[in-house]
Amino acid sequence: MTDSKYFTTTKKGEIFELKAELNSDKKEKKKEAVKKVIASMTVGKDVSALFPDVVNCMQTDNLELKKLVYLYLMNYAKSQPDMAIMAVNTFVKDCEDPNPLIRALAVRTMGCIRVDKITEYLCEPLRKCLKDEDPYVRKTAAVCVAKLHDINAQLVEDQGFLDTLKDLISDSNPMVVANAVAALSEIAESHPSSNLLDLNPQSINKLLTALNECTEWGQIFILDCLANYMPKDDREAQSICERVTPRLSHANSAVVLSAVKVLMKFMEMLSKDLDYYGTLLKKLAPPLVTLLSAEPELQYVALRNINLIVQKRPEILKHEMKVFFVKYNDPIYVKLEKLDIMIRLASQANIAQVLAELKEYATEVDVDFVRKAVRAIGRCAIKVEQSAERCVSTLLDLIQTKVNYVVQEAIVVIKDIFRKYPNKYESVIATLCENLDSLDEPEARAAMIWIVGEYAERIDNADELLESFLEGFHDESTQVQLQLLTAIVKLFLKKPTETQELVQQVLSLATQDSDNPDLRDRGYIYWRLLSTDPVAAKEVVLAEKPLISEETDLIEPTLLDELICYIGTLASVYHKPPSAFVEGSRGVVHKSLPPRTGSSESAESPDAAPAGVQPSEQPAVIPTQGDLLGDLLNLDLGPPVSGPPIAASSVQMGAVDLLGGGLDSLMGGTGFAAPSTVVPANLGAPLGSGLGDLFDLTGGVGTLSGSYVAPKSVWLPAMKAKGLEISGTFSRQVGSISMDLLLTNKALQVMSDFAIQFNRNSFGLAPAAPLQVHTPLAPNQSVEISLPLNTVGSVMKMDPLNNLQVAVKNNIDVFYFSTLYPLHILFVEDGKMERQMFLATWKDIPNENEAQFQIKECPLSADAVSNKLQGSNIFTIAKRNVEGQDMLYQSLKLTNGIWVLAELRIQPGNSSFTLSLKCRAPEVSQHIYQAYETILKN
Amino acid sequence: MIHSLFLINCSGDIFLEKHWKSVVSQSVCDYFFEAQEKAVDVENVPPVISTPHHYLISIYRDKIFFVSVIQTEVPPLFVIEFLHRVADTFQDYFGECSETAIKDNVVIVYELLEEMLDNGFPLATESNILKELIKPPTILRSVVNSITGSSNVGETLPTGQLSNIPWRRAGVKYTNNEAYFDVIEEIDAIIDKSGSTVFAEIQGVIDSCIKLSGMPDLSLSFMNPRLLDDVSFHPCIRFKRWESERVLSFIPPDGNFRLISYRVSSQNLVAIPVYVKHMISFKENSSSGRFDVTIGPKQNMGKTVEGVVMTVHMPKAVLNMNLTASQGSYTFDPVTKVLTWDVGKITPQKLPNLKGIVNLQSGAPKPEENPSLNIQFKIQQLAISGLKVNRLDMYGEKYKPFKGVKYLTKAGKFQVRT
Repeated sequence: MTDSKYFTTTKKGEIFELKAELNSDKKEKKKEAVKKVIASMTVGKDVSALFPDVVNCMQTDNLELKKLVYLYLMNYAKSQPDMAIMAVNTFVKDCEDPNPLIRALAVRTMGCIRVDKITEYLCEPLRKCLKDEDPYVRKTAAVCVAKLHDINAQLVEDQGFLDTLKDLISDSNPMVVANAVAALSEIAESHPSSNLLDLNPQSINKLLTALNECTEWGQIFILDCLANYMPKDDREAQSICERVTPRLSHANSAVVLSAVKVLMKFMEMLSKDLDYYGTLLKKLAPPLVTLLSAEPELQYVALRNINLIVQKRPEILKHEMKVFFVKYNDPIYVKLEKLDIMIRLASQANIAQVLAELKEYATEVDVDFVRKAVRAIGRCAIKVEQSAERCVSTLLDLIQTKVNYVVQEAIVVIKDIFRKYPNKYESVIATLCENLDSLDEPEARAAMIWIVGEYAERIDNADELLESFLEGFHDESTQVQLQLLTAIVKLFLKKPTETQELVQQVLSLATQDSDNPDLRDRGYIYWRLLSTDPVAAKEVVLAEKPLISEETDLIEPTLLDELICYIGTLASVYHKPPSAFVEGSRGVVHKSLPPRTGSSESAESPDAAPAGVQPSEQPAVIPTQGDLLGDLLNLDLGPPVSGPPIAASSVQMGAVDLLGGGLDSLMGGTGFAAPSTVVPANLGAPLGSGLGDLFDLTGGVGTLSGSYVAPKSVWLPAMKAKGLEISGTFSRQVGSISMDLLLTNKALQVMSDFAIQFNRNSFGLAPAAPLQVHTPLAPNQSVEISLPLNTVGSVMKMDPLNNLQVAVKNNIDVFYFSTLYPLHILFVEDGKMERQMFLATWKDIPNENEAQFQIKECPLSADAVSNKLQGSNIFTIAKRNVEGQDMLYQSLKLTNGIWVLAELRIQPGNSSFTLSLKCRAPEVSQHIYQAYETILKN
Repeated sequence: MIHSLFLINCSGDIFLEKHWKSVVSQSVCDYFFEAQEKAVDVENVPPVISTPHHYLISIYRDKIFFVSVIQTEVPPLFVIEFLHRVADTFQDYFGECSETAIKDNVVIVYELLEEMLDNGFPLATESNILKELIKPPTILRSVVNSITGSSNVGETLPTGQLSNIPWRRAGVKYTNNEAYFDVIEEIDAIIDKSGSTVFAEIQGVIDSCIKLSGMPDLSLSFMNPRLLDDVSFHPCIRFKRWESERVLSFIPPDGNFRLISYRVSSQNLVAIPVYVKHMISFKENSSSGRFDVTIGPKQNMGKTVEGVVMTVHMPKAVLNMNLTASQGSYTFDPVTKVLTWDVGKITPQKLPNLKGIVNLQSGAPKPEENPSLNIQFKIQQLAISGLKVNRLDMYGEKYKPFKGVKYLTKAGKFQVRT
């Protein structure tokens, strides 16, 4: 007897019949009836009319019947909320049942009923179940918190369930721990800012212990959670790695990939000369390869991830090329991924094998795959120079097959090969020309035309060939038209005598008969060039082209690093960060790989280590024990430049400053406070500043460029840096940022060979010139230096936002320190917004991005404030007087293009201001406020 | 986590849906159907599809698509592994994982799905535990149930759920205590035109059938454990013992399970047991071609190669084939263009051969592609990697179990290019 009998009910009075059966006295009949109801439900029939009758069956000691009724309830409670209340009593009673299975079942089911009235009743039983003596009940209750949070987040917070859940991470039972982690992770996803999973070495240790004992699914949750942890040093990273490695041998591929993620991430912190690092690399290869023998769906996800891994660490799989060879009956999505990885792994050592394979693939049936294979041959040629010749001959063989799409792809890639290795393989042009007629795809036609134009002098009948294309000029796609235009101009410049007519024809076609503005513009440019100055035209059109880069379609390194943190997730399948596609991405926290710590020097200077975090003090010294600053240490710091000093020693600077300062004080006479003169530490201002100020003056703008500069403070105390003391400050003068440093030698030996480098930071600050200290620094001598900065360095979000990590090298050692730069050095000069624009933007930015601050004890008038701020590139756009209060509306722009809008409320007679800031990147608000505070109070 | 599951058959009917959170409308599957249409072949439907509000992650098993709906960032492998586990469980419960079997047992299916996942988190996926919670249907039980009125849902807390060995149920009793191990190795290989090996590796598994009473603690050791350097273990295996002594030490689940799977990839260890001589050619400007294939044994360590079947996807232009087989029988399906030759056993004295004429559609151009030959075979009592079990010891129980080891070598994805 099977369940299909439940579907064969008579059509008439079906519901009526079921109703009668549900109310039958016989247990067995009742159960059969509920089964029939469930069966109807599964196929989408509406049996909600039977709600009261089914709920009546709930009070039973028969577990199967109970479960069936629960199934029904979960499905229909939402549509019948009032009826669902009838079930509450039974639920509450069941939560007290002596049998833990029943208790768990009750709390589990209640959580699935998404009806507000029921959730109210759920809180008390849930609280009890979270502390139940039976772990089975506790682990069920943990998941129930996540369910409840999904329905009513506020309720969960008010009831303190989150804290109880956090306590469960320390539970004695591994399954409870795993479920608590899973529930917290899910809740955290909708609350990215909350610090729900607060990981510390103790909790990590508990998780690692639970990892060994819980189910495979629990292991995935725990591993994914571990991956978010940031170990404090390389030793901790290594010990976590050691305890995670056994997971690589798990039969469940999701466990394996999650373990790979943890290892790939923490490996970043391990020094490469460590033995363990090599061992780990070796251990990673087999499990990744094993994933490829699984079902095709698993293979696909694995391959997408391997694609990331081989880009980040190609050494892991460099000997495993063969496992990526394509089998003819692989699904197409697996084939294409394998091909991609094959090219990434191609090297001189294995290129012969790879090429033989690719050639084989080029004769397969699937057109998409064949095309990609042909393209892959071209990419091999470009990537592995030694193989280029072989690749070209393989492509020629393929062209001989005369299969249309193969020929076209081949021509497209041969064009790329020509661009990479000019003047090397032109002998094949003749063969290419034979296939001219068969080309019907725009990309291939354009490629062929490019080749003809580029090598016109070697092709006897180049003019004929191009002319043949010209016949159907208007039917060609834009790509081909543009290419044809350029090619004919090239031809004309190379063989001016025979092709005059041709070039005129194409120019008139492009300029007069075409509607395409791109084509027309290009046509006109050529025309003018040719008619005014043929020599210049030759220089422009026949200029040497830059070689194309080696590796195409690599993922950009910062994105790659972020994606490595997302191994195994959807992000890794799409090769996009979650913020790019996850709904409600507002809350997605960007993840980044941990910086590398530890190296051969790690044993050295242990006393410096604890100085790591000193939140209150500005100049925090980073432990010197390793290359914490990423690859800073593989210093490409150039040797000190010799030659005449440009703007270095304090003696010379004095003269410059005289000029700058003098002008500034002139200005100051008119009543403005001229910031740069007030500040004593301005000695290192760059040469241009004075002149710049002069220009500003004559321009009549009357603004003060050069914002407030704080006095120098000690960044690197001498005792932390073997006698080198560095103090400094930041300044901004006429659009250029500089870091003004005072280096003092407090050691007993002479210091020389100074160099400086910054770690990646939030705004991409980087030295614009090398640090130039020209005379060696004798003991007890100081030197002042102004180091010009730019903001084109690489960007990484720091915490706090304005943190800057710096490495300074001299002949003694390398030292690290970090400092906080005031944000106002980043306010650019064109930060004044149009009024209309301001209004629109203010409205456009959502209210939750608004932040309010109080600026206390600042006895300035509105105008004084406005002037003072303008000096630091905060521009007042409008001023209003509302009920005796002055309202200033201001805008400023950061170097990275972020606009900040401000409303400053000033009450006469009250020295406190209210500052409201609106910005699309609200995390900067706090720092902008600090900038306001500094500028106004100095 | 996993939000909903839809089961869809080949003709595109959604025949079962289950939601673990709020209900997601069936219409979400339209995105899947769209992708299916694009893919032409059922096997080529991409496993991860994004839709405006959800992600669809699917697997294709036994002519059924298991399509799961997820809403947040979830590891896709996690979902895929879980879906395969669902399919495995159906197979285990109903003997087959088919639309009919699922429809026939729809209530059990529902009970199972409810038990396997809670709010999208996997709950109980071990077959030992599930079987304690929900009894699999048997003809006898349904008869007994309908007479006595007892149910097929367990009344007690499954004991394995919380112990440190969640995979084993308690109180196992057998009158005959037996432990069988099947060492099964599959050779995946690509052989090129000239007969040399492009790629070869062995995918091995040890499947066990353990019917032992109580809580036996087993140790399985090998003559040559060094072969196993890339291994995936069942959770029951103590990893530390393996690391230090190269011994598999474990308390087994009850019944059938996969103890380990392993991969042997170093080329010199992978012996190729058959060779194929082939001649497939199409004449230019004529509507026929020649086909001649011979299969012979090679390096089979004195064992017989049997169960040999060759399948070939012939080019589209092939109309039909007129062949003669010296042994076995062949069929050619003119619709799918698949040639199947069931060879049977290979006797070295008389090598099986299949040859004849290939008829092409008149006027069609000469096919460009060369068909690959897909070969299946079996060799009994041989593990081609040379892996050998040394001994099995049992601790913790007093009785003497009956032990057995079987070896089998098969072709996995074994392809010969022509």
